[in-house]
Amino acid sequence: MKQKGLSVKSVVAIGIGAAIYVILARFTSIPTGIPNTNIEIVYPFLALLATIYGPVVGFAVGFIGHALNDFLMYGQTWWSWVLATAVLGLIIGLYGMRLDLEHGEFSVKQMVMFNIIQIIANIVSWLVIAPVGDILIYSEPANKVFLQGAAATITNSIVILILGTILLKAYAATKVKKGSLHKD
Amino acid sequence: MQDDKILGYQPGNTFVHKLNATTKLIFLLLVSVACMVTYDTRFLAIVCIFSLICLKIAGIKWRQISFIVKFIIVFAIINIIAVFIFQPTYGQDLYGSKNILLNAGYFTVTKEELFYLLNVILKYICSVPLVLLFLLTTNPSQFASSLNKIGISYKISYAVSLALRYIPTIQTDYWAISAAQQARGNELSKKANLGKRIKGTLNIVMPLIFSSIDRIDIISTAMQLRRFGSKKKRTWYVYEPFKPADYAVTALAIVLVVIVAILWHINSGRFFNPFK
Repeated sequence: MKQKGLSVKSVVAIGIGAAIYVILARFTSIPTGIPNTNIEIVYPFLALLATIYGPVVGFAVGFIGHALNDFLMYGQTWWSWVLATAVLGLIIGLYGMRLDLEHGEFSVKQMVMFNIIQIIANIVSWLVIAPVGDILIYSEPANKVFLQGAAATITNSIVILILGTILLKAYAATKVKKGSLHKD
Repeated sequence: MQDDKILGYQPGNTFVHKLNATTKLIFLLLVSVACMVTYDTRFLAIVCIFSLICLKIAGIKWRQISFIVKFIIVFAIINIIAVFIFQPTYGQDLYGSKNILLNAGYFTVTKEELFYLLNVILKYICSVPLVLLFLLTTNPSQFASSLNKIGISYKISYAVSLALRYIPTIQTDYWAISAAQQARGNELSKKANLGKRIKGTLNIVMPLIFSSIDRIDIISTAMQLRRFGSKKKRTWYVYEPFKPADYAVTALAIVLVVIVAILWHINSGRFFNPFK
């Protein structure tokens, strides 16, 4: 059955994905010891979801998940950072369309490519969108927001590089490979 | 076992509870955008007082929101200090004058900087009570229907309500998996070193994510069987028509936005400048 707009699966993936996002953001951020820099497991999760379900789901989960989490935890949101998370999901999702995790494929070459893309996505999100948004919307001093952005870029890139790759590989390993059945 | 500490809907019978969810959403969006745009101290102060009065009217108790308010206060203080440390001259750049209060080299305190920081604090106080009010007095299903009402596609609205519906379920799953892993000797407390904690967290997160991805398949199949998404529009069981009070509150929100527009014109910009 072909239908216009979002498929049912995408709608559910956005809903459940955003719920998981909120729970992971709430409970699984591990302090590194450096002030205000946490290891956030939500970003590897967002990367996984975006590669499985594509850019639209990646964008929507980032947007809704981050906004809901901010509202439920802080009572307000920083729209610039919400948008940055959404764009991170979007860019990784765009690359994810070229991957085929559903059939258990995740080669070393794809791993390298995935990480190059995710680092670019992190730079676009945290070093461009989030700080520029902070300056335009909230008119905060430029050097403060760019320093925050740089810290977020570095930690989130490293977290996705290590944990994201592990997560994607583990997900691919749970799937049956194409043509793995043999006739005896 | 674990206190969830996540804000949720609390049924009640006050004026604010009885307002239509769409009205509350429109009010929240318009007023928080207005507060985001303007740096006019007078406007911010009035909205602050107004939103605190609303909290009182809705009969919200201090203990319901105390943890989040404390959290926000700490966060706001850190942010304010950071803004000051990074650019103590920001206020004088904005207001184009310099009244020194305390001379200390780089950290010279000016009236302008203090005034700018006061505005930043007021902006926090403005929006937070309104959001708390909305979260505590709005039924999640009505929230979804009101998102649809203000023009967001019903599929996205439904996704948001699915998220709100599943946050408690996934939270329960999370703690169940966490307890199981701890029973197997998985150390997650502050005593463990960073590497161990990351590995321990991953041991919880992996089964949680993979079981939830299976759940996505099950729910989407169930929804497909019920023909979700086959029509362009849908109706909502919880939909309620507008009452006179709803029109009045919506009108008030529009008036506040108009005031911000007028203030923008009077102040010739976002900032109210008492130093001229």
